[in-house]
Amino acid sequence: MKLNRKWLHEEFVDLSHVSDKEYVEKLTVFGQKVETWERMDSEIKNVKVGKVLSIVRHENSDHMWVCQVDVGEAEPVQIVTGAQNVHQGDLVPAALHNSYLPGGIHITKGKLRGEVSCGMLCSFNELGLTQNDFPDACADGIWILNNEDCKVGDDINLVIGNDDTVVDFEITNNRPDCYSIIGLARESAAAFGMQMKHHEPVVKGSDAGSMYDKLDVDVQATDLCNRYTSRMVANVKIAPSPKWLRQRLRANGVRPINNIVDITNYVMLEYGQPMHAFDYRYVGSGKIVVREAEEGETLTTLDGNVRQLKPGMLVIADEEKPIGLAGIMGGENSEILDDTTTVVFESANFNGTSIRQTALALGMRTESSGKFEKNLDPMMTVPAVQRACELVELLGAGDVYDGIIDIINYVPEEKKLPLEPEKINRLLGTNISKEDMVKYLNLLEIGVDGDTLLIPSFRPDLNLMADIAEEVGRSYGYNEIETTAFITSTQGGYTPMMELESKAGNLCRSLGYSEIITYSFVSPAIFDQIRIPADSPIRNCLKIQNPLGEDTSIMRTIALPSMLDILSRNYAYHNKSVKLYELAKIYLPKDGQVLPEEPKMLLLGTYGAGETFFTLKGELEAILKGLRLPKASYTAVTDNPSYHPGRCASVSIDGVELGYIGQVHPVVAKNYDIDAEVYCVEINFTKLLDLKLPEPTYKPLPKYPGVTRDIALVCDEAVTVAQAEETIAASAGKLLQSIRLFDIYRGTGVPEGKKSMAFSLELRSDDRTLTDSDSEGVVTKVLAALKDKLDAVLR
Amino acid sequence: MKQQLETIRQQALASLDAATTPAELEELRVKWLGKKGELTAVLKMMGKLSAEERPVMGQLANSVRAEIEASLEQRKEAIHSAVLEAKLASEALDVTIPGEAVSLGHQHPMNMVLDQIKEIFVGLGYQVVDGPEVELADYNFTRLNIEEGHPSRDRSDTFYFNDEDSLLLRTQTSPMQIRYMENHKPPLCMLAPGRVFRKDEADATHSPMFHQIEGLVVDENITMGDLKGALVAIMKQIYGEDSVMRFRPHHFPFTEPSCEMDMQCHKCHGTGEVDGATCSTCHGEGWIELLGAGMVHPDVLRNCGIDPDKYSGFAFGMGLERMAMGRLRINDLRLIFDNDARFLNQF
Repeated sequence: MKLNRKWLHEEFVDLSHVSDKEYVEKLTVFGQKVETWERMDSEIKNVKVGKVLSIVRHENSDHMWVCQVDVGEAEPVQIVTGAQNVHQGDLVPAALHNSYLPGGIHITKGKLRGEVSCGMLCSFNELGLTQNDFPDACADGIWILNNEDCKVGDDINLVIGNDDTVVDFEITNNRPDCYSIIGLARESAAAFGMQMKHHEPVVKGSDAGSMYDKLDVDVQATDLCNRYTSRMVANVKIAPSPKWLRQRLRANGVRPINNIVDITNYVMLEYGQPMHAFDYRYVGSGKIVVREAEEGETLTTLDGNVRQLKPGMLVIADEEKPIGLAGIMGGENSEILDDTTTVVFESANFNGTSIRQTALALGMRTESSGKFEKNLDPMMTVPAVQRACELVELLGAGDVYDGIIDIINYVPEEKKLPLEPEKINRLLGTNISKEDMVKYLNLLEIGVDGDTLLIPSFRPDLNLMADIAEEVGRSYGYNEIETTAFITSTQGGYTPMMELESKAGNLCRSLGYSEIITYSFVSPAIFDQIRIPADSPIRNCLKIQNPLGEDTSIMRTIALPSMLDILSRNYAYHNKSVKLYELAKIYLPKDGQVLPEEPKMLLLGTYGAGETFFTLKGELEAILKGLRLPKASYTAVTDNPSYHPGRCASVSIDGVELGYIGQVHPVVAKNYDIDAEVYCVEINFTKLLDLKLPEPTYKPLPKYPGVTRDIALVCDEAVTVAQAEETIAASAGKLLQSIRLFDIYRGTGVPEGKKSMAFSLELRSDDRTLTDSDSEGVVTKVLAALKDKLDAVLR
Repeated sequence: MKQQLETIRQQALASLDAATTPAELEELRVKWLGKKGELTAVLKMMGKLSAEERPVMGQLANSVRAEIEASLEQRKEAIHSAVLEAKLASEALDVTIPGEAVSLGHQHPMNMVLDQIKEIFVGLGYQVVDGPEVELADYNFTRLNIEEGHPSRDRSDTFYFNDEDSLLLRTQTSPMQIRYMENHKPPLCMLAPGRVFRKDEADATHSPMFHQIEGLVVDENITMGDLKGALVAIMKQIYGEDSVMRFRPHHFPFTEPSCEMDMQCHKCHGTGEVDGATCSTCHGEGWIELLGAGMVHPDVLRNCGIDPDKYSGFAFGMGLERMAMGRLRINDLRLIFDNDARFLNQF
């Protein structure tokens, strides 16, 4: 919401002694945050009113003129102009040497076809103005200032009315009253501890007759229209508004149009009450109906667009057709024209939500709808229409009919609250006297009657003690409230899950993996990209009904695609070798449950030189060990479509399936435009918490030395290391401490279709030093079992 | 004989002094002290001496032997250390050659900043918690005093999963206030960081997914002064002891009174200008918005079964991205979610 300070000073509260910076800071800490502010004269510099002393043809040009211009300095300046409307004696805007015009245009001394020109004579366009701002000015050529109130040497900013500051406030949506000059004036006055001036509109009236004979209003949509107030004006003379009114509109970013339209806009700015003016000629049968649109109805709005209307949208209609879109924009069919003679002013209060939804549905948010959607004060419609009629009389724009139509469906009840100084001080942590509180509240126009507060209708946000505490607090000054330290008995900490996550992050990073953060929502195309079958339960996901786009339209049920997406991006950036991890939530719908489950997955992803299935597996084992988890089992998986069928394993701990490790299927890698071997781990991290081993306790160190026996086996290719290890472990007995694979060999000495695996067995007893026969006995049992179970023999 | 021993002593010591290798030394040991060595040969003649001479000569022979042995030992050590030094000299390295590369991963900058913030709060007695991102409208809006029809509930702002608009992606971490108060009785201090979602196209300052940090304190007699004291102390820990803070009234449906907290711009020191131009850090405002806060609205306490006449509290919420970006001078939000290794490796 914009406010020009001159309007404030001239009409409501004179703060002209306060600098812009001071004003802006004060209002901001008072609760009306200033987003931006600007001196209106900041763009135009060194442009003065000049008088053309003489004007002669340029010797080398058939269209240019050489002028001697008196700009109030000792000597006249010579300025060459190409305009044809300048005459000797005219007052003109002269941009002098080293002057600035809107848009950052810099004017300097120069030569035009040999003649020195010490500046430029300006049109109103060049000064950032339009014909609407100065209706009398000549549109072609130089702006002639003869009829303006100015003299030679004046700064052109004064002529334009740029000696002003426009302050743009961010209004919080609990304060609809501040979407008005009056509301901001009230806040400004209170912020500086001053009283603002109030103006009660007075309509003199005329002998035009009664509006009741001319107009009938029927509000049918009673729940969407709280109040409909209307007055009428006869003998309208459409003309430009006076300069003071045009200037106030322009300062607030509103384009002046004509006196009637300008009055509605002026009242909207001043009171915050949007108004509309209909040409009575086009209100069929003299009847206004406020109703919901019918299916299939259309209306051409003032901006020339045809609007398709639907039930639920509130329209202003006559007996046959809509003539306006309530609270948003008028219809072209009832627009004020140059020959309009009778005007109907509408000052209504519509349901904010309905207006907002209609504006949104039609894609036409207007100044008016923007105000209505904040839920305006229904008590404002009458003063606003009175003010409009007062202005009509002040501007001589027409004769106001007797009578006022005011249909009320809803007005708020008078609201009273107790004044509770003790409670207020207890909440704020202050010691403000009751007298001071009363003073603050009175400045905000909250009435105080003993211990009772009378809440004005424009403050629907004040409903309980805490609301009053805020008013008192901000008046006292939030920054004046003493800071205090409370003492709590609470114990700070993290959830066990967070602690595990933090540990996992440290482990991943120590292994060279960097953390990524990816979106929770993904494209439904991911399932095909990672080759998930059509009937897979993984495809059962939550779908966003109103996504930003297809790419972010479903909640991921699998985190692998997010990792692949980032790997792909890095591959495209030519990052040669990349190791990434993420702790990524997935969202799994559950039958009979409203909220989905949101487990966290641990993703590792890598590509680049030296990365293999076994480097990744080693890293995963290190991470799981570092998290103090039991040893995981790895089982070959040939049918996970996202992975290489020969290089993928499922990972489980104590029989709990956790996820997969493997080389991403080359087709999948290709789908992500990666021409390299990609390795990934996806583990359900949430499940790990329950699998964690208890904190270890000390076990005595071995008293007796151990013995190491190496055995090399020859067996079929199909025999896995895991099978061999299981067989060894099962047969070796209790002396066996550990098994370590140290070689796999194929080639000379090993028959075709077979391989050799070499294991190192560590044997130890807790009560004696082992003898050769002890270890020999173990090896014999082990070899027998290997032969028996796996047909593996000593090499 | 005495003469002989003296000669042996002199010759042996001289020859040992001249030896330079362990092999030479061993040769000399055999020559002088060995079973067939010269000293032994002399000693063998002891038997021919008189009873008076024998002990005198014996003593002399022993002292010669001891002297030679001592010299031999000394020489051995000297030669060994010379050999070792020569070996070490030959093993000298160019220590400026880089070490074997061990790659260390990097924490995402946003979580890096989040971890620091969490640490501070935990130290002050806050319990850090996590909660659902797919949330009920009841928790995200209704119980936080955001009534039906409020603009933030619009489908242009919030992502919904069903026609009734009852299931959504949380737009703020504030529902964690409700969830925590439902399960914990005062006194309580909670910190709930997490993902939130709003329907904004991604650009340099917007993202449809971002992170907030929610805080909540409820106890008897908690005041606005306490809110100020706590937040100033915490923000000074994060931004430095000399930072200047201010509070401004603001509006949130679930706190009353409400406020926003700003920090004076560290670049322009609140003037809004640097060298005559608008300050690029605060865009001329002189202040940088840090967070929104307020005293928990009595309705919200009541919604969670906490008696607002007995208890009061404050809540606050801040944007993690804004903090991380300000702190680490990241100028485009998209970098955060792009996860380019060249970006990640900088932190």
